[in-house]
Amino acid sequence: MNAIALPSRKSEAWRYADVDAVAPLWPLPEPERIVVPAGARFDRAIVHDAGGVTQLVLSLGRGATAALHLLNCGGAYSRIELDVTLHEGASFTFGGAQLGRDAETLEIVTTVTHAEPGAFSRQIVRSVLAGQATGTYLGKVAVARGADGTDAAQSVRAMLLDLTATANARPELEIFADDVKCAHGCAIGELDAAGLFYLESRGLAPAQAKQLMLQAFVAEAFAGAADEERLQALALARLGSLV
Amino acid sequence: MLQIEHLSATVGGKTILKGITLAVNAGEIHAIMGPNGAGKSTLGYVLGGRPGYEVTGGSVSFDGQDLLSKEPHARAAAGLFLGFQYPVEIPGVSNVQFLREALNAQRRARGEEPLSGGEFLRLAREKAALLRMDMEMLKRPVNVGFSGGEKKRAEMVQMGILDPRFAVLDETDSGLDIDALRIVGEGINAIMRKPDKGVLLITHYQRLLDYVKPDRVHVLAHGRIVKSGGPELALLLEEQGYEAVAA
Repeated sequence: MNAIALPSRKSEAWRYADVDAVAPLWPLPEPERIVVPAGARFDRAIVHDAGGVTQLVLSLGRGATAALHLLNCGGAYSRIELDVTLHEGASFTFGGAQLGRDAETLEIVTTVTHAEPGAFSRQIVRSVLAGQATGTYLGKVAVARGADGTDAAQSVRAMLLDLTATANARPELEIFADDVKCAHGCAIGELDAAGLFYLESRGLAPAQAKQLMLQAFVAEAFAGAADEERLQALALARLGSLV
Repeated sequence: MLQIEHLSATVGGKTILKGITLAVNAGEIHAIMGPNGAGKSTLGYVLGGRPGYEVTGGSVSFDGQDLLSKEPHARAAAGLFLGFQYPVEIPGVSNVQFLREALNAQRRARGEEPLSGGEFLRLAREKAALLRMDMEMLKRPVNVGFSGGEKKRAEMVQMGILDPRFAVLDETDSGLDIDALRIVGEGINAIMRKPDKGVLLITHYQRLLDYVKPDRVHVLAHGRIVKSGGPELALLLEEQGYEAVAA
């Protein structure tokens, strides 16, 4: 996964990165490699709150299941890369939330390869960006030749709290099989003003009303996580500092 | 209790309210009727403090305090409730969580102790029963997937829980079938018909007034109150139409 030379923004995978922040981290350590054996289950929740670059390479054996949940918040530059390969009938779920403020640059970069038939993948990414923060999701789903019966979906949404914040989202499909079901959806928006007034009219102060709506927005990414409550609580606390 | 004087307001640069004067005393229920586009909903939103509804003249005092200088949440804490004509759907936020936070925010603003989870659920259950609403619905996201009638009933459950001193109800009767209309009407009476409370009931039709008897009826047309009277005025309107009565 690692190039020998320091990446530049000419490279698609680093296009929105804070390359100045990458330089002191270079060269990156070897990525962590996780092999989930056939039929086994793997769960992990990652709270990335001190910046840096984390790379994970996952390989799911026949009929294996993996669920990965991520709260990416904090640190001037915080990037997570996932490279996931699915063998026959494997199932992969990823739920990520990025909550950025000030001049933070937060990135989630995923490559999910359906190498064999009948595998399933779901990716949900929710970003909330305030101040001058930048949040990026680059997600590639590759379906290999012969990987029929593939079922892959990506849902990417970002909420901009300030005009100065930036969201980049690029879901990407590369399909070499015939019988596949691949869906992706992407939306970038602002908080619904009618909803905010409705909540405020019942007695919630503006910041509290925003926090409540954003909590619900982010919650979708953590649904079903093994420690959903802890992730929710951490996200809520972080949202409090964004609104 | 609520004193509106020469109130004028614009929405998107267009003048909608053109000098409304109206006083509702404690213990009274007033109905505001009028044709489409008269400014009825605008009056509700101006009282609630909705952004984009700009007051260009006049004043509103609530219990002797200047209402218009307060933010929407401060108006709620002061005891004002706005029942929406079109209640807003808030995906992912449960009614129970939202209402508990809202009620406790109001209580804190008034220097009262917040309710515990158990106390709140007891209160919510009681008010849901009053409006014959299944408690399970209150665990669902705010107004999401509710029918038009369910949304209006949910508004009244919210009103019951928040227990305001003054309610502005904007077409709470629209979208209700006959049975729901009676339940909502009785709910309004149970919650708001008190010597220290007041209601401004915005409606198109006489039918809600069969259940919630108004002390005064005002006809709003072209941004002004063109006629005021007793409950008999509503009957006259139903019979002869706005144009004949307001002319």
